[in-house]
Amino acid sequence: MNRQLDAEIKTGLQFFGKMTASISHEIKNVMAIINESAGLLEDYSLMAEKGMPIDPERLKVVSDRIAAQIRRADGIATNMNSLAHSVDEFRKSVDIRETLALAVGLTGRFADMRSVILDFQPPSDFPAVITSPFHLLNLIWRVLDFAMDTSGAGKTVGLTFEAGPKSVKIRFTGIEALTNEPSTVFPTAKETALLGMLGASIHQDAEKGEINLVLPKDVRQQVTAES
Amino acid sequence: MRVLLVDDEQELVETLAERLNIRGIEARWATTGDAALERVDQENFDLAILDVKIPGISGIDLHKKMKAKYPGLKFIFMTGHGSHDDFTAGSAETGADYYLLKPVNIEELIDKMTKLMTK
Repeated sequence: MNRQLDAEIKTGLQFFGKMTASISHEIKNVMAIINESAGLLEDYSLMAEKGMPIDPERLKVVSDRIAAQIRRADGIATNMNSLAHSVDEFRKSVDIRETLALAVGLTGRFADMRSVILDFQPPSDFPAVITSPFHLLNLIWRVLDFAMDTSGAGKTVGLTFEAGPKSVKIRFTGIEALTNEPSTVFPTAKETALLGMLGASIHQDAEKGEINLVLPKDVRQQVTAES
Repeated sequence: MRVLLVDDEQELVETLAERLNIRGIEARWATTGDAALERVDQENFDLAILDVKIPGISGIDLHKKMKAKYPGLKFIFMTGHGSHDDFTAGSAETGADYYLLKPVNIEELIDKMTKLMTK
């Protein structure tokens, strides 16, 4: 197999593996909470059988907790399903708002682990681009990963987008420490390969603490930052 | 027995603490490494039950910090995934006394805690 293709496949598989491992951890946590909540309800019923009074409000707290975890699991499963279907087609119309929301959903646990807040502020429009959904998700994840590492614990990484006539610009903001990063560190060869596949480009503005990812509205067109 | 539960999932530690309290085990909880370190400085604990992954610090690093300050404290790790080999290797590396897989069976947890405290 050609070396570049091999590297691209490896990068994609690593992304897929990282996301699904994280999802499985989240599902385990949801199961653990539901398991303890069910156990607590059983404890309450045993206490009631022994004649100990149980405040109905305590039962409501536990049932609300279970309901909240079911909603959480539903969100996790929806994100997992969207990630799985992102490899169905390698050239299709993609809603940028939905893609970014999915990327933020998949990245949430990584942000929590780093004590970083992800703040997605979508504008009111719904731009679509014709691109490879899986590779776009992979690239957004890699930029977010870098942005979270660079910004550090306790910081907020912002995410928004602007649609131009030929391109959509995804803006990653709040990366204050970007000024300290030599520009050669990012994008690495992995991001560069993804940029090439998507016909996209990355522009760093150290002064503003921003990274801008510019995507063509159609993957067959190359774009510049001003398109 | 006084136990400190540390996991970033507040609903999990809160519920588990209540279940342990019902069984006569005094349990407290924390959701970050910093909060856990603060609690062990403020209160005396016999045992800490740590998630392997905690925001800002790994459970393994938190264990090292706690152990350095309070050598008598016993530890059990909770993790979402892992095989018996992972646990054995992990225990050797961290010095943790036991590993438990999530979701935790409370009777198994109490059994491990009791064994640990009577060692």
